[in-house]
Amino acid sequence: MALFDALLELADDHLVLGHRVSEWCGHAPMLEEDLAMPNMALDVIGTARNLYDYAGKVEGKGRDEDDLAYLRGEREYRNLLLVERPNEDFAHTMLRQLYFAAFMHPYWTAALESPDETVRGIAGKAVKEMAYHIRHTGEWVIRLGDGTEESARRMRDAVTALAIYVDELFEEGAGEGLDALPDRAALRPEWEATIKRIFDEAGLEQVTSPFPQSGGRDGRHGEGLGHMLAEMQSVHRAHPGATW
Amino acid sequence: MSGEVPLWEVFIRPRNGLAHKHVGSLHATDEVMALQAARDVYTRRGEGNSIWVVPSKAITASDPDQAGENFEPGEKIYRHPTFYEIPDEVGHM
Repeated sequence: MALFDALLELADDHLVLGHRVSEWCGHAPMLEEDLAMPNMALDVIGTARNLYDYAGKVEGKGRDEDDLAYLRGEREYRNLLLVERPNEDFAHTMLRQLYFAAFMHPYWTAALESPDETVRGIAGKAVKEMAYHIRHTGEWVIRLGDGTEESARRMRDAVTALAIYVDELFEEGAGEGLDALPDRAALRPEWEATIKRIFDEAGLEQVTSPFPQSGGRDGRHGEGLGHMLAEMQSVHRAHPGATW
Repeated sequence: MSGEVPLWEVFIRPRNGLAHKHVGSLHATDEVMALQAARDVYTRRGEGNSIWVVPSKAITASDPDQAGENFEPGEKIYRHPTFYEIPDEVGHM
């Protein structure tokens, strides 16, 4: 079941991040961003759906995407700690999205060569979206980092706050040794190069944390994820099996 | 916030061979962000393959008070090319 577990990890990353970004809907600082952020949320939720759907088929126990998304508790979620971090402010949200997209873009690019046809299909759609997320969030990180005194301070605070969640991106998790999915650790140089290019322009310094956090893949999450899932799953739990 | 952010006019070309057409406006801090916002606001449903953004302040508009001399040419029907006999062999022009 290594492939099932690995697909579930990836799917959880995308769904949790997508739900977090969707929390901005109606609250963005300007109308243009209020459309851009739900767009980005829907991109990653769309990828999550494809991954859950495939994971359910690989598992072969008849679980569909809704069962996997809505009927698992906090300890059963295997997402990275990075993606469940609360939105805090716009700087945190943009940086979190940049960190994720700067990883997933080379990941999906490598997955285009996967021997698994379904993985190649998911990668083909996601790779374009991740390129856009890097561009959009990168431009904001540059403008906030190199902006006003307050925007630069908020950007630096975000870099400091998220530093402890970076290393977990590169842990292999359940996908270790699988031919169908790329190695995660090998993508670090490209991630570092993307972030450095943007940080140099933004006047930001990367922070390396001596105490990196991990455990998301084992279901050990921060206190925020339970609240988020309770809200996200409430409709499905109140109306099991309801459809549009 | 929008009060401090410049306004941009957005033009989309629906497909090759057609002209860019004005589709609306948006707020953005600079031209790069304006293009991105245009992508998010105006091309979500595959509306086109090229985007132009132009600072709204770069547009010079006609004065509504001059509508008379600008837009009411009067009875100058000879300005419409409707007085020619077109031979059938020409087909659609």
